Amino acid sequence: MPLISFTDKGLYCEAGQFYIDPWQPVDKAVITHAHSDHARAGSQAYLCHHDTLPLLQLRLGPNHYQPVAWNEKITMNEVTVSLHPAGHIIGSSQVRVEYKGEVWVVSGDYKTEADGISGIFEPIPCHTFISESTFGLPIYNWKPQDELFQEIQNWIRNNQVAGKTSVLIGYSLGKAQRLLKALGEVTGTIYAHGAIWNVHETLLQAGWKLPAIQRVTPEIPKESYRGHVVLAPPSADGSLWMRRFPSASTGICSGWMQVRGHQRRRNADAGFALSDHADWNGLLQSVKATGAQKVYITHGFQSAFSRYLIEIGISAAEVKTEFGEEEEGAPADPLKGDEEGNSPPPPPAGGEDEFAPL
Amino acid sequence: MPERTPNISLEDTNTPLEAGAMVGGMASFAQLLFRLGTSTKTNEKLEALSGYFAHANEKDKVWVIALFSGRRPRRAVSGTQLAVWCTELIGLPMWLFQECYHTVGDLSETIALLIPEKSASTHSTEGAHTIGQPLHYYVEKFQQLEKAPEAEKKLFILQSWLELSSRDRFVFNKLLSGTFRVGVSQKLMVNALARTVQLEPNTIAHRISGNWDPASTTFTELLSEQLTQTDHSKPYPFYLAYALEDALPELGEPADWQAEWKWDGIRGQIIKRNDQLFVWSRGEDLITEKFPEFSILQNKLPNGTVIDGEILPYHDGQVLNFNVLQTRIGRKNITKKHLQEAPVGLFAYDLLELNGEDIRHLALRERRAALEELVLSLQLPFIQLSPVVSFTDWDELTTIREQSRNINSEGLMLKRRSSAYQVGRRRGDWWKWKIDPLTIDAVMVYAQKGAGRRSNLYTDYTFAVKDGDKLVPFTKAYSGLTDKEFAQVDAFVKRNSLEKFGPVRTVKPELVFEIAFEGIAASNRHKSGVALRFPRISRWRTDKTPEDINTLDDLKKMLQLYGK
Repeated sequence: MPLISFTDKGLYCEAGQFYIDPWQPVDKAVITHAHSDHARAGSQAYLCHHDTLPLLQLRLGPNHYQPVAWNEKITMNEVTVSLHPAGHIIGSSQVRVEYKGEVWVVSGDYKTEADGISGIFEPIPCHTFISESTFGLPIYNWKPQDELFQEIQNWIRNNQVAGKTSVLIGYSLGKAQRLLKALGEVTGTIYAHGAIWNVHETLLQAGWKLPAIQRVTPEIPKESYRGHVVLAPPSADGSLWMRRFPSASTGICSGWMQVRGHQRRRNADAGFALSDHADWNGLLQSVKATGAQKVYITHGFQSAFSRYLIEIGISAAEVKTEFGEEEEGAPADPLKGDEEGNSPPPPPAGGEDEFAPL
Repeated sequence: MPERTPNISLEDTNTPLEAGAMVGGMASFAQLLFRLGTSTKTNEKLEALSGYFAHANEKDKVWVIALFSGRRPRRAVSGTQLAVWCTELIGLPMWLFQECYHTVGDLSETIALLIPEKSASTHSTEGAHTIGQPLHYYVEKFQQLEKAPEAEKKLFILQSWLELSSRDRFVFNKLLSGTFRVGVSQKLMVNALARTVQLEPNTIAHRISGNWDPASTTFTELLSEQLTQTDHSKPYPFYLAYALEDALPELGEPADWQAEWKWDGIRGQIIKRNDQLFVWSRGEDLITEKFPEFSILQNKLPNGTVIDGEILPYHDGQVLNFNVLQTRIGRKNITKKHLQEAPVGLFAYDLLELNGEDIRHLALRERRAALEELVLSLQLPFIQLSPVVSFTDWDELTTIREQSRNINSEGLMLKRRSSAYQVGRRRGDWWKWKIDPLTIDAVMVYAQKGAGRRSNLYTDYTFAVKDGDKLVPFTKAYSGLTDKEFAQVDAFVKRNSLEKFGPVRTVKPELVFEIAFEGIAASNRHKSGVALRFPRISRWRTDKTPEDINTLDDLKKMLQLYGK
């Protein structure tokens, strides 16, 4: 029996009697982060990082939660469990599982670049590494955050000169908080959609020092938005809610914006390939840095990425999980509150295609 | 709007540059394309283009006019060569490149994304150097390289890849591989030019038409009257019609209108000037050599004659199925066999120049009279007047239109008898009134990922009809669904794919679609025995199951009825 097995309820550690990010209700769930495809309702008990706790409470309501710090060792039936920063969003963690000298690490979602608020990803040495591969193709290599922020700021400045409202689309948990500081440098007021405002309030109450935002409400005169920045989640894109902004220019922040076709499909005025996932080089370096003898790849371009790992001499295999995409096509997400019924386009599936002549 | 100077001038005007744009170099051209590509508003596109024309260097402007009017440079290297060199440069296996290519849906972009980007700091420290070479430098270099040894091509391309930014590299690849397209109408470009030079859009449209070499023509020359006078081959911009929008009675008196059949062939202009004959297609390709039949006109037509007409497969007084012409379109050399098997005729629509005089401003009835006189005097069986369809009231015309398909016509054209021959696509005086397409219900059996804005989505489908208990694929169709429907079908394909053949998935035959098409012809290249003209999805029949689809016999019946 492997230390962690792939069951129809999710990743299961039998020796420790717990699941990691299960997609069905279980007795004990270890949660990597608060995105809806990783943190699902219905389990008896949840273990998560301190910073994830308020987000889980917001999303799943009262429950039996056990918050822990990074590197804090918890023992469950002789299995030692600890969480380590994953750099994906606030509170996001990798899960290290050790039993009788054998170490497995479940990455959850992660990115290798430090974004200033999500903790700094650190590769954890292990025997077996289970890694995501959302952007596991070499066409996905991100520009440094500073450069992308500058592009976004230039875009906002140009909109200001043209008397436009800059509407920036990004996920209510993660992208929205990550952008705030850079936005504050170029705009007086940052307006935000209710879903983002909810997360923001929760984080403020938890003691996070974030730049102030103002919730978009029907009472605000439309003209006050002009020249300012509005933050909105993907589900608001193209909805009636968006029509209130005078001369809106829409910019989407998502790793998928790396490819022109995707950007054109979304009909945005601008696309910024700003992602909370590791890019191709980030994934490769992380996998190598763990020193793992065996790597399981899931979620994204798992077929291509695992095949490549095998070719460079790393024992890899793909696994099917039900982690979807908070980033693109998550089903109705309670975090998004009042934006039901307007689901964004589905995410690209894994690129399992064989190759064909050009 | 930029201010207009009082004198006729080809000088730049002073439009402020947008922040971040670099003057000159490939970057400003790439920036232009980016703005055109992301803007959904015509006015913004116009601004972007006129802003570019106001600041770009003279040679680049000429190339932009050439590129935007379909004068693409020929490809200097093959897609496979580019793919191989790219994988060598970045040290990745070819299968992974292919994987990326199928996800991106565009070779040029795949390469642009795979080559590592120079960091921002390198850009700024190198200063002026990073502005790079201008557009014309690259395009003209491609022309020189076309016949150069492979090693020389490779060296230049690899160096350029590493020097250029990702966005510029994408444009570079598009130009290099002969796949450059731009979603901007020629009309818009002409209007943008009209803002920077003191000329009427119609005049500009005419001057930039025809046969000129972007490498050796200057901007001033191109837009001057002189070149128009010395280039005897120069065609007039075609007048194109929109589809009829209102009910017929809205058009007014039937007597004010001339009705003709709408023919499905190659729209062209036949020009005789200075003892030379030129045949132009609507896409402004010179196709004189492709139709040796017309060479006799070199002696027969008087100098200073320009006829607008349709080149059709034609034999013994009958217009044939367009499919007949397919066999010789695209051939480099036309053989005797082609001439026999795919004979052509010209159906003359209009006369644009008579005795060296531009008569486009005359009323259609006057031009038609002159055209009739000319064509009848030729006495050539393969040069026909496009017949005028006589009718007394709109109801009668509606009945006549029903017969279109029987004579291999695709409907009717309505032209106001008092209309001048205008420039480009216009509403008001000319309308096309096409017959409804043929349709057939079919089930989707294969799917493949699309390109462009459909990258990484399964949007290209193959459809089948029933033949007993077998399914026979008979056509592909790529268009006709909304983005939302494409997303749903994409999700279906991902859940229900059976096998993979390269990038193609076989799909559980479950989804039924109505396929619309303009014509049908026998084909021995297709398993089904038929080839469709302009197939597309007309709607998703969620109310039907694969049991309800049409059969191969239904297709064959259509072939008998309409495939001649």
